[in-house]
Amino acid sequence: MQVSSSDATAPIGRPTSTATGEAARSTFTETIRLRLRVPAKRRNLELLLLIVAFGIVGAAITLVELGALGHIEGTVLLLGTSLGVLALAMHVAMRFVAPEADPLILPVILVLNGLGIAEIYRLDIANHTTGWGASGVRQIAWTAMAMIIAVAVLVLLRNHRVLQRYRYIAMFVGIVLLLLPMLPGIGATVNGARLWISIGSFNFQPGELAKIALAVFFAGYLVTARESLSMVGKKFLGMRFPRVRDLGPILVIWLAAMAVLVFQHDLGTALLFFGLFLVMIYVATGRLSWVILGLLLFVGGALVAGRALSYVQGRFASWLDPFNPKVYDAIGGSYQLVQGLFGFAHGGLIGTGLGQGSPSIVPLAESDYIIASLGEELGLAGLFAILALYMLFISRGLRIGFAGQDDFGRLLGVGLSFAIALQVFIVIGGVTRVIPLTGLTTPFLAAGGSSLVANWIIAALLLRLSDSVRTQPGLIADR
Amino acid sequence: MSRQIKRVTIAVLLMFLALFTSTTIITVFQADSLNADGRNVRTLNASYSAERGPILVNGQAIAESVPSNDKYKYQRVYRSPDLYSPVTGYFTLNQGNTGVEGAMNSYLSGTSNDQFFTKVKSILTGQTPKGAAVSLTINPAIQQVASDALGNNTGAVVALDPKTGAILAMVSKPGYDPNQLASHNTNDVIAAYKQLLADPTNPLINRAISGNLYYPGSVFKLVLTSAALDSGKFTPDSVFPNPLTFTLTGTNTQINNAEGGNCGGGATVSIADALRLSCNIPMAQLGAALGGNEIAKYAKAYGYGQKLSVPMPVTPSIYNVGNEAQVELSSFGQFDDRVTPLQVAMTSAAIANGGTEMQPTLIKDITAPDLTVIQPFQQKIFAQPITQATSATMTQLMVNNVNNGAANGARISGVDVAGKTGTAQNGNGKPFTLWFTGFAPANNPQVAVAVVVENGTSFGNTVAAPIAKKVIEAVLNK
Repeated sequence: MQVSSSDATAPIGRPTSTATGEAARSTFTETIRLRLRVPAKRRNLELLLLIVAFGIVGAAITLVELGALGHIEGTVLLLGTSLGVLALAMHVAMRFVAPEADPLILPVILVLNGLGIAEIYRLDIANHTTGWGASGVRQIAWTAMAMIIAVAVLVLLRNHRVLQRYRYIAMFVGIVLLLLPMLPGIGATVNGARLWISIGSFNFQPGELAKIALAVFFAGYLVTARESLSMVGKKFLGMRFPRVRDLGPILVIWLAAMAVLVFQHDLGTALLFFGLFLVMIYVATGRLSWVILGLLLFVGGALVAGRALSYVQGRFASWLDPFNPKVYDAIGGSYQLVQGLFGFAHGGLIGTGLGQGSPSIVPLAESDYIIASLGEELGLAGLFAILALYMLFISRGLRIGFAGQDDFGRLLGVGLSFAIALQVFIVIGGVTRVIPLTGLTTPFLAAGGSSLVANWIIAALLLRLSDSVRTQPGLIADR
Repeated sequence: MSRQIKRVTIAVLLMFLALFTSTTIITVFQADSLNADGRNVRTLNASYSAERGPILVNGQAIAESVPSNDKYKYQRVYRSPDLYSPVTGYFTLNQGNTGVEGAMNSYLSGTSNDQFFTKVKSILTGQTPKGAAVSLTINPAIQQVASDALGNNTGAVVALDPKTGAILAMVSKPGYDPNQLASHNTNDVIAAYKQLLADPTNPLINRAISGNLYYPGSVFKLVLTSAALDSGKFTPDSVFPNPLTFTLTGTNTQINNAEGGNCGGGATVSIADALRLSCNIPMAQLGAALGGNEIAKYAKAYGYGQKLSVPMPVTPSIYNVGNEAQVELSSFGQFDDRVTPLQVAMTSAAIANGGTEMQPTLIKDITAPDLTVIQPFQQKIFAQPITQATSATMTQLMVNNVNNGAANGARISGVDVAGKTGTAQNGNGKPFTLWFTGFAPANNPQVAVAVVVENGTSFGNTVAAPIAKKVIEAVLNK
């Protein structure tokens, strides 16, 4: 094995290689020496970027208050500062449990999360909601909880490969979470989609967590099954198609996606899970035939479902002809979509400025349409910055796929980052008429506790994976 | 595996490229049409939130936007609403705009094409975009005198500079307070609007340009006489029989001269005397002799039936050609004749200006917030209804009207005033519409006026002429 000097900064007491003998011992001494000389360079960079992130978020909240209230009020800034303290605590924890983790991930999601809080708070001001009735306050509380859970994941999960062992449990958990809202008694229908479980006054959207469980399952399952999935099968039209008996998993996932589509009325979630699965099976097997097969299955299923389900038809009509007065005035028509577009147009290139637009005109401006709210107040410039932040976050995740040493970790890293990418595409693409509108949350930005918790766990997993990439080099040679 | 991940990366890049493209298309290329969509309340709200440009008279704002503490950021305020409401009109949240506020809205709101670069500049320098200032040709002193002179009468006064077409005064009474329509409380606005709309005196109407048109009565004799002279078929000395009464051709209807009796006592009467004494019978005969079509040609040349905006749209005045009896009636401003005071003032102004009728306008200039002039004063010829020679003769006749004729109520010592009165009938038993129109000084006209007073019980010469006299004096004493 080869150890470059930058790779040899693993902490003491960690397995640095499977090789034995002199080489390992010398690496070990080298490691100690380097550790002493270069103390946590990446964490220092992270700290610097965190300070920048605090500045951006603090400025955003201040601008919201100046723009919408005309004066500065301490409460939300104070609450925001407490989140900053939590972020610093997470940073400190990582110095101990994940010192080599990617330094960009935490600052980037902190900016996104903070911008989301600022805009949600801005809508609270417009809607005159305060205290626990205010989405902004709840969002801050959820963020705090999500960050604590993320730290817990980092502390408890010291080796991501443990997850591979629990892949079938993950599958079970994932499918249960996904289908939980269909259970009578605890399932709740919000805005036509049955995505929620409701126990007392506590609402949760378990589908968000299912995303993680299923990504773990896919990665674990595909790493072991990929030989049989990729090597055998008949060639047809220049592509090798899988054997019928290997079709089991894809059919199970397809059925689950169709169940979500038909019974929960949630095109977005169905698309997200199925897309995630297809990309992961493609990365694992390298066979495009799986993707084509999967797409045919999904599009076919969606078309059949679309004929039977009026809400799917409505979504398509709104997408294709939103300005038609008939579609615009219909119940569940394109009113929201068109008002969102008006918001973007009003924002133009540079936006109205935080607190100075009228984003509250759009229904669900703080959740599904948070990007339209931000687009109105920050303009195209702000949208590009937000998209660039997402790209940065996703690219850090995809890097794990390129640089990782174990296939499970690589697959999981790619899967989780792609899930975020796909979700961003589905939501923002829906709001900006690239694809039909489906109800998904914009990761980190949108109001919603389940989504925040899930995405912060994803971030924690990516941090853990990126730490492993650098501290556990070269386990599997396949690159 | 890296090869697949590379492809997934490319797919992710393409997904984001689609989002970059879609957001760009919406915010850049579709923004104009989206902002123009009637369902977009943001555009509406923004137009009230922008600092709208002021309307200025002699450098003083008569309508301006001042900062307010509500969500619209600015409150439109009208100074001296009694004096200027017919000119400024009103600017409401959702009941439309009228007057200069309505006609010049794109400039005042800063959205006109002329202001594109100003808008870009203010974005780059970080200033809030502002609307342009619209300066009016109104002279506040003359406007004040005209308003005071009209007093509590229902009616209108228009004063023009005959050489440029600049409107020096435009008064319409009763007026209203546009401030109550500029309120940001929509319910208040609607209530106030409904009340004004229900008011039988129609205060929302600018009687100078867009009222229910008036019978011109004898002031139409200016159009008829100038047409007759300009046609070359008649001279001021052409004579007509001078009976006590006259039966309209083909009917049993008899008409009289306004003051009864015949016209000047002779067996015949000249056109000059008929105009000076404002007799109906000789004019009816002159109209019949000249012919309805010929009169209509000249009426049209003066502006009857033509589209005009100052920049508010002016209701076109009417001259319809009827049968011979109707031509006789319309020759002294009855039958279908209907006019705006502005049209009457324009007729006098054309005579004053050597037969050249200038396009009347209220707009002196338009200046951007950085004081660059977007649009300077635009002097335009509207028409040339009569020759210079006809205009000179007409001026002589009109000076005679004032000096020793039926329009002596406008006489000013030391100045030759040219004028014509009118007392139009509105039907049996109904009050008269009283008129005066004219210009002064006759040798170098500075002002042309038209005064109309509704619900009159006496004559134009006793009510309208003194009002015009005060306006003319105000201009000459300037």
